[in-house]
Amino acid sequence: MSSVGIILRRELRSYFATPLAYVFIIIFLVLANVFTFNLGGFYERGQADLAPFFNFHPWLYLFLIPAISMRLWAEERKSGSIELLMTQPITLWQAVAGKFLAAWVFTAVALALTFPIWITVNYLGSPDNGAIFAAYVGSLLLAGGFLAIGSCMSALTRNQVIAFILSVVVCFLFLLAGYPLVLNLFSAWAPQVLVDAIASLSFLQHFESISKGVIDIRDLLYFAMLIGLFLLATAITLDVRKAE
Amino acid sequence: MIKTEHLCKRYETLTAVDDVSFEVQPGEVLGFLGPNGAGKTTTMRMLAGFITPTSGRASICGHDVETDTLAAKANLGYLPEGAPSYGEMTVYSFLEFIAELRKLTGEQRRKRLAYVIGRLQLERVLAQNIDTLSKGFRRRVGIAQALIHDPPVLILDEPTDGLDPNQKHEVRTLINEMTRDKVIIISTHILEEVDAVCTRAIIIARGKIVADDTPQGLAARSRYHNAVSLRLEQPEHLAAARSAVAALPSVAEVEVNERDGRITALPRAGASILGALNELATRQGLKLKELQLESGRLDEVFRAITA
Repeated sequence: MSSVGIILRRELRSYFATPLAYVFIIIFLVLANVFTFNLGGFYERGQADLAPFFNFHPWLYLFLIPAISMRLWAEERKSGSIELLMTQPITLWQAVAGKFLAAWVFTAVALALTFPIWITVNYLGSPDNGAIFAAYVGSLLLAGGFLAIGSCMSALTRNQVIAFILSVVVCFLFLLAGYPLVLNLFSAWAPQVLVDAIASLSFLQHFESISKGVIDIRDLLYFAMLIGLFLLATAITLDVRKAE
Repeated sequence: MIKTEHLCKRYETLTAVDDVSFEVQPGEVLGFLGPNGAGKTTTMRMLAGFITPTSGRASICGHDVETDTLAAKANLGYLPEGAPSYGEMTVYSFLEFIAELRKLTGEQRRKRLAYVIGRLQLERVLAQNIDTLSKGFRRRVGIAQALIHDPPVLILDEPTDGLDPNQKHEVRTLINEMTRDKVIIISTHILEEVDAVCTRAIIIARGKIVADDTPQGLAARSRYHNAVSLRLEQPEHLAAARSAVAALPSVAEVEVNERDGRITALPRAGASILGALNELATRQGLKLKELQLESGRLDEVFRAITA
């Protein structure tokens, strides 16, 4: 097995070795259902689709994903195991990728466990299953983006609480980058090009089109580049700060 | 073998390692000594590829740790300071994980796992979480991890810290057994360890090498080298014996330990005083409980060099 695979498997196992995995999955499923049925009005809408379910994912992820990603590197640095890991014959990049992928696979498992709602909506009506599949892909990409940001924040500090708070704040900014709340901060002084650039970074806008079932190559590229860039930033941060 | 050339590590306000050059050949066990904060761990971390030198070079078996990192790491078994590991893993799955990263497969992996588990007596705790282990066991798991791929070069940062005397003895025996074909560096501040396992010792203080010698050579620098200490059957003769010893021409200085009545005579440079003292005792009719030739005190040399 490749080094990335070995690290991925060890990480995944360690999620399930502690209550973290079970607590996370249960809370994720409970909240996803509460949002869908209570806030989203799943039944009241009378439509056979999963829009009320997917619409809340960005907000669900905003707090739950940093709870997963905060330990990625902060814990390794605090316990010193990062020294053990980095003196094995692996590259920094393999470690960054392995740990990130483990967290992503884990959220994919949690997301997959929401399948009963997909069955329910098929039982109640005849939804566009292709669109629902696309929305699941979009949701997973969104989770990947949040995780990559969280991984970078976790590499910045030895303190998991700080990593959590930083991740929530940065993810929130990315989430709302296309909205006045964030844009007003820039429009007063920054050139329009920059404001437009920031607006185009918005998680929500890229997620919305996918969650409606439209898989646009630009949206896929956006998430791929975002994940790549933040993992690169993670690697650079670790290279500089791993021994501190 | 290990080679460093003008290795330096500077932080903003501090030079942790300052122009350290040495070479270690197979068969040598190098003891790295120095006060806390002297730069031992920083040097070892640079050798292990964990931190990057500010300047200078280091290589493991001819592979530069900066430009040929993976090959250098593959030839190295490394126990980091404090023996960190993954607490939520069991001992067995942890060792298996390291074996996988070290690219050990099939029969070879099974053999090496069995070897390190047996050698460090980990059978009893294999299924236990590392978190729940005593400090001694955790250290042994760390050493097992460093040995698993049978590396030609071993760097162990404080391998016996936290072990009880029996476990220390075990680890020293293990190191002694491996010396024939391996290059080994251990850091320690337990000076008896240097005598017990090292063929060579480097003392560093404030980032610089201040001594590089055999343990015997270091001991010879002690003012107690070739000193003779004696204890009398009749303590009431202590004062008389003391002045008689001090009057000997080859004795430079006499010290008396008030607690156990031990008289230690320090020789003038190059002089041998054991014979003279023996003769003196016979001549004066002093009954000796103990007469001992000292080879030198490492702790005293250590203090003199690093203070």
